[in-house]
Amino acid sequence: MSRIEVLKTYKVYIGGQFPRTESGRYHTITSKKGEPLANVCLCSRKDVRNAVVAARKAQGAWAERAAFNRGQILYRIAEMLEGRKSQFIEELLSLGFTQKNAQTEIDLSIERLVYYAGWCDKYNQIVSSVNPVSSAHFNFSTCEPMGVIGIIADNNSPLLGLISSLAPAIAGGNTVVVLSSVDYPLNAVTFAEVLHASDVPGGVVNILTGSLHETAPTLASHMDINAFVASNISHEFSTSLQLNAVDNLKRFFHYTIDWNQQNSQGLHFIGDLQEVKTTWHPIEQIGGATSSY
Amino acid sequence: MAKTISQILLDTPKVDKVGVEERVARIQTRSVKGPSKSQGLKMVLNMIDLTTLEGKDTQGKVRQMCYKAHHLHDAIPNLPAVAAVCVYPSMVKLAKKELRNTQVKIASVSTAFPSGQAPLEVKIIDTKFAVDNGADEIDMVISRGRFLQGEFQYVYDEIAQIKEACGKARLKVILETGELATLDNVRLASDIAIHAGADFIKTSTGKIQPAATMQVTYTMLMAIQDHFAETGNMIGMKPAGGISTAKLALHNLIMVKEVLGDDWLTNEWFRFGASSLANDVLMQIIKNESGYYASPDYISID
Repeated sequence: MSRIEVLKTYKVYIGGQFPRTESGRYHTITSKKGEPLANVCLCSRKDVRNAVVAARKAQGAWAERAAFNRGQILYRIAEMLEGRKSQFIEELLSLGFTQKNAQTEIDLSIERLVYYAGWCDKYNQIVSSVNPVSSAHFNFSTCEPMGVIGIIADNNSPLLGLISSLAPAIAGGNTVVVLSSVDYPLNAVTFAEVLHASDVPGGVVNILTGSLHETAPTLASHMDINAFVASNISHEFSTSLQLNAVDNLKRFFHYTIDWNQQNSQGLHFIGDLQEVKTTWHPIEQIGGATSSY
Repeated sequence: MAKTISQILLDTPKVDKVGVEERVARIQTRSVKGPSKSQGLKMVLNMIDLTTLEGKDTQGKVRQMCYKAHHLHDAIPNLPAVAAVCVYPSMVKLAKKELRNTQVKIASVSTAFPSGQAPLEVKIIDTKFAVDNGADEIDMVISRGRFLQGEFQYVYDEIAQIKEACGKARLKVILETGELATLDNVRLASDIAIHAGADFIKTSTGKIQPAATMQVTYTMLMAIQDHFAETGNMIGMKPAGGISTAKLALHNLIMVKEVLGDDWLTNEWFRFGASSLANDVLMQIIKNESGYYASPDYISID
């Protein structure tokens, strides 16, 4: 007697939990042969709202963690991902990826996490500055996280695109609401399970699946989102989302990029999601000695 | 004619816990949308007792809250003011001064809030102090220890004496349901408070969890309904503590309408005791008007 395979329910990841979508709607992901693989949540704007509330709640504590500890946690995600590599590759193979492409996708994803893990306690020293001013002030600029970031993960990259946009955001102390790839959401949800097992506090990363045309405008117009990141979307879609983002003047970044390339990682991806705080601190002129700052 | 304590004990029905939970669950499946939601949200704002009851309350905090009580969010025109502010007796005079020339009432907690563990004379002085300073409403706590010891007569007499000390001020009696353990106790305490002279019955101090659950509020509403059916006298209801979202507040309104009817849907007979509810309701109203989800960054802190 042949065994009936138990199919996994792919739920969304909000506030460190795996609820079903509030809308109660699903769509079916099929393999390249047309066989149903999984039901994936079709999220609604209410899921977006709940995810933003969770992300906002988690943001303060995440930003206040020691930078070194954030690095440890990002590294831990990479470790856990390494341990579950085969599951991710299997998902990609069933969707029609070649063994080589699937392998590369996951390997690069792990490496990218390690890369940004390293930056956590280093970017601030490099991006910050002490500024020359012509008054008796010690003037310095440092980075602070922007807050809650909305992310549209690259549609054509099941995991690497998602991680490449997500890692620099959380490395810099932001929390995120991610709209996963529409065509390849399985890796995104499985990745949420990895996050869940990697000491990432609930709410720091929230992952939603479903149709971008339904969720993205809500996320872009949400007044409690501080910046918005998208990659490789159409020019028209990008323009309409930027219009949505106008009301609270969110920063909007649209990267047109191949995430497999070496130059698709870098300090500027962290810096894009940082606010610069400049402090003017009065200094005393003592005994005629001047300060060079 | 008020009942004696022995009559109350005879008459008080037992509460069907499973039934209460089922009815509450049904009420919580309701969804209010569109213009009804807008109207409901504004009604909620108008029923709030904006509350600050912290050891760290300063005059500045009370002054700021009093301002907020009638300027909830000036960016939206024609928003109602809240029903009242609720403060400690020591802050009543200040609140009275800040809220002169407004419709907002001053409520003061008293009787050694929140524990109620003080001699009766002290509680009466506490109450008179608040009333003399200008409190329009008094929120007293019952002696839960005495209640749980079975000294119902003591609890009854205490409420009656505080009522006398209130004079013209309306009396809200806090049962602190989180410490009463069962719905049967909640029902009995409600009946005692109603017959001893309460104008309002109130769930909790906000210092103990669980506070105003829908089940507890429903049980108290039933006590009010039974009293109304028996005597024709209306008693007010104030759930307090734990109602921090607009959705939960709307569910409470639905429950009041279904159990008691439209007559109770005014701030004369129904109140929410809350500190953070107002801001969540404001965010929902902003969402309704603008179409975008709102951020607390654009609303005054409470």
